[in-house]
Amino acid sequence: MTDTAADVSRWIHAFQAEIAEHRVRLTELDAAIGDADHGTNMDRGMRAVVAKLDDAGVGVDIGSLFKTVGMTLVSSVGGASGPLYGTLFLRMATAAAGLTELNGDGWASAWDAGVAGVQARGKAEIGDKTMVDALVPASAAFAAAVGRGGSSAEAWHAAAVAARAGVKSTVPMVARKGRASYLGERSAGHQDPGATSTYLLIECGAEVLGGVARADRERGTATESVST
Amino acid sequence: MKKLINLPENVVREELEGIALAHADLVRVSLDPYMVIRNDAPVQGKVGLVSGGGSGHEPMHGGFVGLGMLDAACPGEVFTSPTPDQILAATKAVDGGAGVLHIVKNYTGDILNFEMAAELAREEGIEVEAVVVADDVAVKDSLYTAGRRGVGATVLAEKLCGAAAENGLGLKQVADVCRHVDEFGRSMGMALTSCVPPSAGRATFELADDEMEIGIGIHGEPGRERMKLASAHDIVGMLAGALVEDLPFRAGDEVLAFVNGLGGTPLIELYVVYRELDRFLTDKGIIIGRNLVGSYITSLEMAGCSITLLKMDADMTALWDAPVKTAGLRWGA
Repeated sequence: MTDTAADVSRWIHAFQAEIAEHRVRLTELDAAIGDADHGTNMDRGMRAVVAKLDDAGVGVDIGSLFKTVGMTLVSSVGGASGPLYGTLFLRMATAAAGLTELNGDGWASAWDAGVAGVQARGKAEIGDKTMVDALVPASAAFAAAVGRGGSSAEAWHAAAVAARAGVKSTVPMVARKGRASYLGERSAGHQDPGATSTYLLIECGAEVLGGVARADRERGTATESVST
Repeated sequence: MKKLINLPENVVREELEGIALAHADLVRVSLDPYMVIRNDAPVQGKVGLVSGGGSGHEPMHGGFVGLGMLDAACPGEVFTSPTPDQILAATKAVDGGAGVLHIVKNYTGDILNFEMAAELAREEGIEVEAVVVADDVAVKDSLYTAGRRGVGATVLAEKLCGAAAENGLGLKQVADVCRHVDEFGRSMGMALTSCVPPSAGRATFELADDEMEIGIGIHGEPGRERMKLASAHDIVGMLAGALVEDLPFRAGDEVLAFVNGLGGTPLIELYVVYRELDRFLTDKGIIIGRNLVGSYITSLEMAGCSITLLKMDADMTALWDAPVKTAGLRWGA
């Protein structure tokens, strides 16, 4: 289970395509409890990321690749998602600095660093109805699978399953962070858009890097509206 | 959607180009990244003042760049925070060696982007302080929300801090002026109609012809209550009543009373509101020392108003009276 910078780049490209595909849906989820720009902003940011990678070339250093992704997101997404997704990748960049291959332990360390960065930046905990609700369980599930000596496919599959459960868990939550928190109780019954895009990020990793078949992960259904 | 624009995606850039052409005597404008910068920046030895936020609230913040107010403004897309690279570039452009103050409205996106920018600027050796303005009493300030939104008091903070910086006060003292405004300023707004972000092309919320939203946010965030339209007298009673109760403002207090239009309300109505506010405060023994009436922090074409009260003392009054020369606010210079 080792991935090169080229593999990581395929994941980033797949995520860009996924965001483009679900742009409208993500914005609709945001319209219900936020300010209706999550899909638009993430789409603009990921297009900029892919353009940057295609222009500058991917290179062999995975840390540099993550850094390019993070810096580009920070400067092109705006809103809260820019700094949060940017920090995720910038911290993963630090964890993977100088590495030309990532094995299971390398990935687990990178996720751990990235997630810690997101939590330090946004100060959100599990249950606040944010991207953390998908990210933290996914990272933990990935690390646990690697710790058990699991294969790449197993680790990514576990992460995707956990992220999916995390997205679903945001539906009944009352938001305590970000713009959705102004709604108070009225935020309950809506799926969090940030957790949804995070789920898509991990799902793409499972598909591209874990080789997990689409049918295993009920592809795309995470963005479907769920009502309670 | 009916708007006086060319293409929705070009609105912010074309607005900035317009500002550059109209106010070349006051500011220079950067289109990459978006920045409005005081013409003579960096002013050596003066604390630099940087603010910013989503566009759609004009004249805030770009219209407040100039002598006695901001050194730079960083506009984001409509209702979207500016990015750290933008804020960093503005911070560097206005650093005259005395440090830079970031005036940040309390929205999660603004805070995260300004925080990252401040970290990057400090890494480059620039002294940066940030003060967050959170004055909207419509939001319950608790551990379970993102906290009160930054609204009308931000305009007053930019004016007062700008004067303090112009007087040669140091970074900490200028930041203290901002903290004073945050501590003693309170605002609440109300909407008669919704607003339409150009890229969305439709209203951010629906409000029936005979309804109003009390406690509206400047991006159309929900307020305290939706109710049947009432008279200016009753509306001022609700808004000012909430402010007076919150701080609280007491008999004998001197205040700056700021009646702000949200973009779609004519001045004739704002003066009707001001009349009601003067009566309301006089009745409570609260003295209006200074006032400001007009549309200074807007929400696109939203009809409605906000009221901000700021407790004043002699120092604050002197800062308020100091010369200011910007596109949006100008006196004594």
